[in-house]
Amino acid sequence: MTRTFSEHESIALVARYGVPVAEERRADNPDDAAAAADAVGYPVVVKLHGDAIAHKTERGLVRLGLADAEGVRVAAADLLALATVDDGVVDLVVAPMVRGARELIAGVHTDPQFGRCVMLGVGGVLTEALGDAAFRLVPITAADADDMLDELRSQALLGPVRGEPAVDRAAVRVVLLALSALAEGEPAVRSVDLNPLIVCDGRPIAVDALVEVR
Amino acid sequence: MTDLSPLFDPKGVLVAGASTHPGKFGFVVLHNILSCGYRGNVFATNLEGESVLGVTTFRDANELPDDSIDLVFVCTPAAANVELLRACAAKGAKAAFVTSAGYGETGEEGRALEQELAAVAAELGMILAGPNGQGVISTPSSLCAQIVAPYPPAGRIGIASQSGNFVSSFQNLARQTGVGVSRSVSVGNAAVLAVPDYFDYLAADPATSVTLAYVETVTDGRAFFERARATTARQPLVVLKGGTSDEGRHAAASHTGALASDEKVFAGMCRQAGITQAATVEEAYEAAATFATQPLPQGPNVVVITTAGGWGVVAADAIARSSLTLIPLPADLRDEIDELLPPRWSRSNPVDLAGGETRDTIPLVIEKVAAHPDVHALLQLGIGIQSNEARMMRTGEYYPDHGLERIVGFHEAQDARYARVAAEVSAATGKPILVATELAVSDPDNAGPAAVRDAGRVCYWSANRAVTALDHLWRYARFRVRTDT
Repeated sequence: MTRTFSEHESIALVARYGVPVAEERRADNPDDAAAAADAVGYPVVVKLHGDAIAHKTERGLVRLGLADAEGVRVAAADLLALATVDDGVVDLVVAPMVRGARELIAGVHTDPQFGRCVMLGVGGVLTEALGDAAFRLVPITAADADDMLDELRSQALLGPVRGEPAVDRAAVRVVLLALSALAEGEPAVRSVDLNPLIVCDGRPIAVDALVEVR
Repeated sequence: MTDLSPLFDPKGVLVAGASTHPGKFGFVVLHNILSCGYRGNVFATNLEGESVLGVTTFRDANELPDDSIDLVFVCTPAAANVELLRACAAKGAKAAFVTSAGYGETGEEGRALEQELAAVAAELGMILAGPNGQGVISTPSSLCAQIVAPYPPAGRIGIASQSGNFVSSFQNLARQTGVGVSRSVSVGNAAVLAVPDYFDYLAADPATSVTLAYVETVTDGRAFFERARATTARQPLVVLKGGTSDEGRHAAASHTGALASDEKVFAGMCRQAGITQAATVEEAYEAAATFATQPLPQGPNVVVITTAGGWGVVAADAIARSSLTLIPLPADLRDEIDELLPPRWSRSNPVDLAGGETRDTIPLVIEKVAAHPDVHALLQLGIGIQSNEARMMRTGEYYPDHGLERIVGFHEAQDARYARVAAEVSAATGKPILVATELAVSDPDNAGPAAVRDAGRVCYWSANRAVTALDHLWRYARFRVRTDT
């Protein structure tokens, strides 16, 4: 049997191992959400959050690019109204909007033959169609992490793109080594998704995470 | 680590189940052992005690002289083999290669027989290879204990394969290229010893400088990784993987898992372990043969030397798609080559001689390019052109008059010389020099490719294949630099 951590728990776990994440605040109601947004700075993203909620984007439970307190209040009220009985106890997560033209995906996967692996791939809505991803068995070295970047087919995407600097290889290495350390340190973890890992000024930041445990 | 020398270098072999019928495996394997020059004792058993190929047979392994064999090659039916192993062990045999079928490949009953055989071998402390494998060869012992052809030339490639057919394919390519084999084993059903179980032995074997493996199923992925990693720390390991399935992908709920095809995880594992993964049988063999015969490049910089434009252009394209670098021709090297050629040569990399060469130009250009410190590897194209014309002349109606005999001899001597120089300069400088021409296959007797073979190296069928092989060498060289610290 497996179960998944809530987004907030997932983000907290990967952050503890050194994955750079967007600063998140919790709120129970629209006014608190607006106050949280004031604190982290606009624009923000507001998401409905609950232990039983996994695939938020697919359900429309994420509101992006909210520019002011009023917008946050409206979005927060909408999201709370979308909660179903199955979702259990819910609240809101408010985080600064991380912007970047490129999205990567990284994670941990338990392979039936080789056991736990660290993964790095090209992210975004076409992730699965592109299938551009590299895997290494846990634990990985810094050299393995660098070689994973080299293995991706979409090398042009890793260079300077649309006014943004090239992807910072050292910063990607930090993410992959953190995932490897997490897999070693948390034997119950079956899978981790950092999706998307938005490349902001060349540095990857995890804006969503999903951890699955045995 | 299990010492597999009783399997690969036995002091004597018993063929159990030798047959007088030349179509039966029990005849064929005895024939192959006898005809390939094995120097140890050869015995055989046969129910009727008939002589086979001049070998006096015993009815029962109990009749063998004590301590006369290390290896029993088993062709007898599955039901007889437990007793056979016990009898052979009592006579001092330390290893069995079981070619007999009727084991795990046939179903539940066969699986039980296979487990029993494995248990008995373990109890007797016997090495058990197979069952249902096609055999073992070992050129240091001139041993061809195989139920199929061919017996490859001796060389430094060690082969372990989950498919007997691929053993034959690799051995056929050994014959074609002239780059030979040290040991090879078809693991059959792998009741005890699977492909990775041969890695440690081959990596430590002084006769083997590169391991070549064909793998379908990996039962213990971590063990495979660890064994491969231990091998690549000592010598290159080339793997051809068949039978990709999507099992891993289907089982996944996460996005990460959805991207995790067996193929990708295996490919990633290979890069991590420093395994040279090849996509095709010819790519696998040529990679192994290149490892076995060329020095590792110390860097990515390649210079292409060609006698004509098109070949160089396509070679340059192939290099651009690889991890190698087609370096701009260093100015001092360009000046040196300027001294040797009329001004129409390319004056860039690829070094296109543009037909400006005279008797000594090609050897001199090879020497100068290889001597340059910025150059790490050379690709030589256009060998055999002169000998190809020589063939036309020799077989045409004007031969040997009109000066044809003399010019034919000159052309062939020149091509042979180019091949020799490539090998000698490579050995002297420690830099790989790969020679490619389709004449290697269209006219293998052409003096160019023939001399490449005589020099103990591969004459690649195309520049692309040479670049692929060299790319594998450079990737492995980088892996060693990265991990040998």
